[in-house]
Amino acid sequence: MLNVAGLHLWRGDRHVLRGVSFSASAGQCVLLTGKNGAGKTTLLRAIAGLLDPEEGQVSWRGAPAREARGDFHSDLAYLGHEAPLKGDLSGHENLRFLVGIRRAVTRAEVDAALARTGARTFSDRAVRLLSAGQRRRVALAGVLLSGASLWLLDEPTTNLDVDGQQLVSSLIDEQVSRGGIVVAAVHHPLSLTSGGLVSLELGAT
Amino acid sequence: MKTGTLEVARLVMARDLRLAFRKPSQLLQPLMFFMIVATLFPLTLTPEMSRLRDAAPGVLWVGALLSSLLALEFLFRDDAQDGTLEQFALSGQSLTWMLFAKTCTHWLLTGLPLALSAPVAAVGLGVPASAMWSVVASLALGGFALSLVGAISAGLTLGARRGGVLLSLLTLPLAVPILVFGADATQRAITGDAIAPPMYLLGAIAVLGVTLAPLAAAAAVRIGLE
Repeated sequence: MLNVAGLHLWRGDRHVLRGVSFSASAGQCVLLTGKNGAGKTTLLRAIAGLLDPEEGQVSWRGAPAREARGDFHSDLAYLGHEAPLKGDLSGHENLRFLVGIRRAVTRAEVDAALARTGARTFSDRAVRLLSAGQRRRVALAGVLLSGASLWLLDEPTTNLDVDGQQLVSSLIDEQVSRGGIVVAAVHHPLSLTSGGLVSLELGAT
Repeated sequence: MKTGTLEVARLVMARDLRLAFRKPSQLLQPLMFFMIVATLFPLTLTPEMSRLRDAAPGVLWVGALLSSLLALEFLFRDDAQDGTLEQFALSGQSLTWMLFAKTCTHWLLTGLPLALSAPVAAVGLGVPASAMWSVVASLALGGFALSLVGAISAGLTLGARRGGVLLSLLTLPLAVPILVFGADATQRAITGDAIAPPMYLLGAIAVLGVTLAPLAAAAAVRIGLE
């Protein structure tokens, strides 16, 4: 379903992505590994369409992602380094908005997702009062709620405690078993139980 | 089910209004700036009403323009910093439409309050009571056009580290027609002439802004997010 072909991307005068190619079909998880600066974030952002590669193409369900951007993006959930939350809104309000602009969502659904990621107890507090790990849990609930088939996760376990890291692994497992695709940049190995695991090491020249 | 277009605009506007009311200082700052400029001016000129009345359109409009430049900095910057603007772009909805909703909210929160508070400043400048409605209307319409034009520059300066000065430099040339026609409308209102001609021109600029500025702003924001 997701096909990345020959991506070349420069950041300033650095040639970061040198012809990255891989493909993932439904029910697969792609783990991106590599040293700091190897281009994991760049690759994720290029797949999401936030960066324009100089060469190469990303296709989704057989169509170039750039041309069918609206459809591709409604099928995609991207979680970067920072949790994309407004500090002055509560976790609950943030999710009502972030998910609401994608699809109709009810209060109960949001609460259920927050409970699943262990964020229910602090989801009514303003996000700026939360710790980085707590924010990440709220943001993960957002990814879960998006209903997207393709998840792009940039170091999803950052700032999370041992429980949280376990949570990320089981969320990925569930997504994969639902027939979704996960592309995640990771530093620490995740304890995934699902099949269909592909590893891609970047910067190994 | 994918969220409808109008619902998206409602959500964006509701969110921005809620955020603004949780952090009112950011809102009040441009308004305070405008009020200070407009009330200090009469103190520096001779207290002759006819003199003040001549200077009134210029003072009101330059004050409004500078205050709107001050407010424009906050239009997209906070959302870009915390990553929510990125989520706008990745939501599968039209970024153009969402930025238009954001710009309209920005006007509701900055341009409209400024226009509504202008009579307080205008009284001090010797503007006759009969001209007040026209002053408010011209500042409201001109402010809307300024917000739209400013959205383009705000998008373009997202990537710049110190965007403030650049933002002003980019916006000012585009804002000059608005300033000229707006001040003309105010001048006519004070002298008791028909304000329709400059108001039509301001309206035309606003319509042009509604049709083109959100498209340009969305393109600029996409570049800024890289």
